[in-house]
Amino acid sequence: MKTIKVLGTGCAKCKTTIAHAEEAVKQSGVDAQVIKVEDIQEIMKYNILTTPALVLDEVVMIKGRVPSVEEIAAMLR
Amino acid sequence: MFNWLDALVAWLVYDTIGLDATTHWGQALHFFFYDSVKILLLLFLITFLMGIVNAYFPIDRIRSFLSRNKLYGGEYVMASTFGAITPFCSCSSVPLFIGFVKGGIPLGVTFAFLITSPLVNEVALAMFVGMFGLKATLIYAVSGILLGTVGGYVLGRLKMEPLLTDWVQGVMRQAHMEEAYEEEKLTFLQRLPGVGREAWGIVKGVLPYVLIGIAIGAAMHGFIPTGFFEKYISKDNPLAVPLAVILGVPMYSNAAGVLPIIQVLVQKGIPIGTAIAFMMAVVGLSIPEAMLLKKVMSWKMIAIFFGTVAFFIILSGYLFNIIL
Repeated sequence: MKTIKVLGTGCAKCKTTIAHAEEAVKQSGVDAQVIKVEDIQEIMKYNILTTPALVLDEVVMIKGRVPSVEEIAAMLR
Repeated sequence: MFNWLDALVAWLVYDTIGLDATTHWGQALHFFFYDSVKILLLLFLITFLMGIVNAYFPIDRIRSFLSRNKLYGGEYVMASTFGAITPFCSCSSVPLFIGFVKGGIPLGVTFAFLITSPLVNEVALAMFVGMFGLKATLIYAVSGILLGTVGGYVLGRLKMEPLLTDWVQGVMRQAHMEEAYEEEKLTFLQRLPGVGREAWGIVKGVLPYVLIGIAIGAAMHGFIPTGFFEKYISKDNPLAVPLAVILGVPMYSNAAGVLPIIQVLVQKGIPIGTAIAFMMAVVGLSIPEAMLLKKVMSWKMIAIFFGTVAFFIILSGYLFNIIL
């Protein structure tokens, strides 16, 4: 199973990213769970400077922007 | 530059819709259509241009550069300039702050970046060009960068490290030089589609604020008589600038929402320096920003930060009133 983490301190863009990630999981049918990480100390472990960020299986894939549903689905496959 | 648009909108509002150019509604509607289209065109253009610059100077590269180079004071100017070219999102200010500290970048330099970032950015610049022209935009951008530089330097001299939250102090003790930034190998043309998508994303994001701002501005433009505010806030009133700043600090809006209103205030008689100082206070400092920063610093430090920046905004307000 794959793990998607969405890093962000709860801003509007982060919420959109979570929604996109969940939609991408549903559409692609890949077995993956979406976790939202809001704790700043936890977020900083990934050494990012801009949020929202998307982490797939502990690898930072996107930072500082909202990825589209298609983009995340492509990553999952 | 926009004569064609003026003619087009006049044809639409006065000839097609049939409103008289001398009526309140006619003036308000003309203002709304003209400004909306003009601002949106400029917004996309400038966001796109800034996007290209940004593709070559992403934030990670800036951090790596500032972390690895000591520039004998030049780092304040660099950090402030980088703050201006990096797109701003208030939700990123805390990760940015920590990331900079982690890279061993001095507190003052980090502040220089943090001050300029919301003040000068692609959205603010685009709207400034549309509303006050190129000369005023240039003066605004330069003074914004100067404000960040001086503000960052002064804050750096105050030695506020003990006022950071404990875990940030821990991060600071473990600070280490960042590795050299490795650029993605992409040609200019390969970057363009991504830059265009980003630019469109930014424009789409601020669109509602721009339209609401312009709508309020249009209503004021059509219905408030010219010179109305002069009765209350005259140029000779020495307290006008500090009052405008103190009023603006707690408020929060981005440049997109507040600038159309600023433009009308200026047209109706508020001195431009006072108006710009108000705008800088609104976009640069706010209660939501303070709440975010609470995660990394004590209230005392936030108060010193806000006080210093507000002081320099007041100074620039007086300066704008003299030179513009």
